[in-house]
Amino acid sequence: MECQECQKRPATLHFTQVINGNKKEVHVCEVCAREKGYKTYPEEGYSLHDLLSGLINFESQAMGNPQGGPFQQVKELQCPKCEMTFSEFKRVGKFGCAVCYDTFSERLDPIFRRVHSGNTKHHGKIPKRQGGNLHKRRQLENYKMELKTLIESEEFEKAAEIRDKIKALENEQDIGKEGDRP
Amino acid sequence: MTLQNFMNEAISPWMQEEGPDSDIVLSSRIRLARNFANVPYPILADADKLEEIRDFFKTNYENQSFQNYEDFAFIAIKDLSSIEKRVLVEKHLISPHLVKNAETSAVLISENEQVSVMINEEDHIRIQLYFPGFQLAEGLEKVFEFDDWLEEKINYAFDESRGYLTSCPTNVGTGMRASVMMHLPALAMTKQINRMIPAINQLGLVVRGIYGEGSEAQGNIFQISNQITLGKSEHDIVDDLESVVRQLITHERNARSRIQEQSGTKLEDRIYRSYGVLENARIIESKEAAQCLSNVRLGIDLGLIKKVSRNILNELMILTQPGFLQHYQKQSLTANQRDILRATLIRERLQLEN
Ligand SMILES: [Zn+2]
Ligand SMILES: [Zn+2]
Repeated sequence: MECQECQKRPATLHFTQVINGNKKEVHVCEVCAREKGYKTYPEEGYSLHDLLSGLINFESQAMGNPQGGPFQQVKELQCPKCEMTFSEFKRVGKFGCAVCYDTFSERLDPIFRRVHSGNTKHHGKIPKRQGGNLHKRRQLENYKMELKTLIESEEFEKAAEIRDKIKALENEQDIGKEGDRP
Repeated sequence: MTLQNFMNEAISPWMQEEGPDSDIVLSSRIRLARNFANVPYPILADADKLEEIRDFFKTNYENQSFQNYEDFAFIAIKDLSSIEKRVLVEKHLISPHLVKNAETSAVLISENEQVSVMINEEDHIRIQLYFPGFQLAEGLEKVFEFDDWLEEKINYAFDESRGYLTSCPTNVGTGMRASVMMHLPALAMTKQINRMIPAINQLGLVVRGIYGEGSEAQGNIFQISNQITLGKSEHDIVDDLESVVRQLITHERNARSRIQEQSGTKLEDRIYRSYGVLENARIIESKEAAQCLSNVRLGIDLGLIKKVSRNILNELMILTQPGFLQHYQKQSLTANQRDILRATLIRERLQLEN
């Protein structure tokens, strides 16, 4: 894609500007971005170009039809809350709302894998208040993993300790399966 | 707390304290991206929804305190002049993205400027915590406590398997960006840094110059931060970053002593020349000023220059950015006028030290 300002260099920064509630796509090169004051904060200036061109290639591979026959038009995914479509998401490189994650869920793994070195699942903090039972379930998972490695390395005494901890935690109270989703 | 306090000093109160390894690590920062569960992200939300969020922060957090982060100032970005916006950006208290969203965006800043919470940036909430020197682990602990405090009143967009749901897929999961600002003059002088950057990138970390454009790092100040936010815990991300930073500190210290041993006089000449330029120049561009400030700071760290405080680098790097210069002069300036004012401010600042 060509830079919309100079029409010379390739556009490397892509973003949406909202002016008086109207969304406007901006595609510019680094030089013009700087000149026109579009240049984002160094940290946020993550050039989406690589990411998105990667996504689009990946998508066409994943969705492509190997037989070369007529392309099957799949119904476009659209978020029921913010109305963002999947192709819009790919173009803009941003989700419109939290529900987008559910809506596009099945198509997100390849994207996350590319961006996050193969990872697709969160392993970090859980909100303190909202997290509810999740905290306990995470703790259980951790204990169970620990137990497995202890048994594999034949450290049975330590394994027994962990097993007691698991029992105690499981008996504390019933642990709901669905957690407390926001 | 008023805006005027933030505007008057180039150097934030927390920067006055000396942190661990502060001969090389200028500051540590942890940023968390958070969103309200039930409101579309700023890129798509209606202005009235975003204004509701902004008002929620004003109502609930203006003049509040959390631990030793006291008396939060609430500042709506639309109320700022363009020079004021620029100064807050140069102090890293707000981002240019926040300025772009001025109609609906705002910021909460603690009195010591250690915490800033940007409201309606790319995400609804961006929490930033700064620490002097190398203090990532401490920073993580504090930012978690602060995050829990906000969460008492806010339902975050969170999903068990995807974590904190952010507007950009590059932030999902922890929503965390941890970074350190490092002064690496010896690694830059010996060009070793050019070989190290690709290796660091391979570890999932990003290295960039904090001042200047592109790959150039003005003042030899580099920012190292994590790229990956999904699949690793915050503690693991911070541990990995810490171990790379520790190695860089060792390499930089080794390079400094090697240069001193092998070409001590040349190095001294370079440092004292830079000092001379800063003390005497009448016109100075930001690039030259940054290089000279870096050399003088190295001279201070090596014990060659004794009468100047270490903070001079951080302080003058910020003070001599275009926004600050214009704030100082209370008017907009041409590039040439800025170069003259920059030289004057640096001379005056150095005279204060004598
Ligand atoms: Zn251009
Ligand atoms: Zn949506």
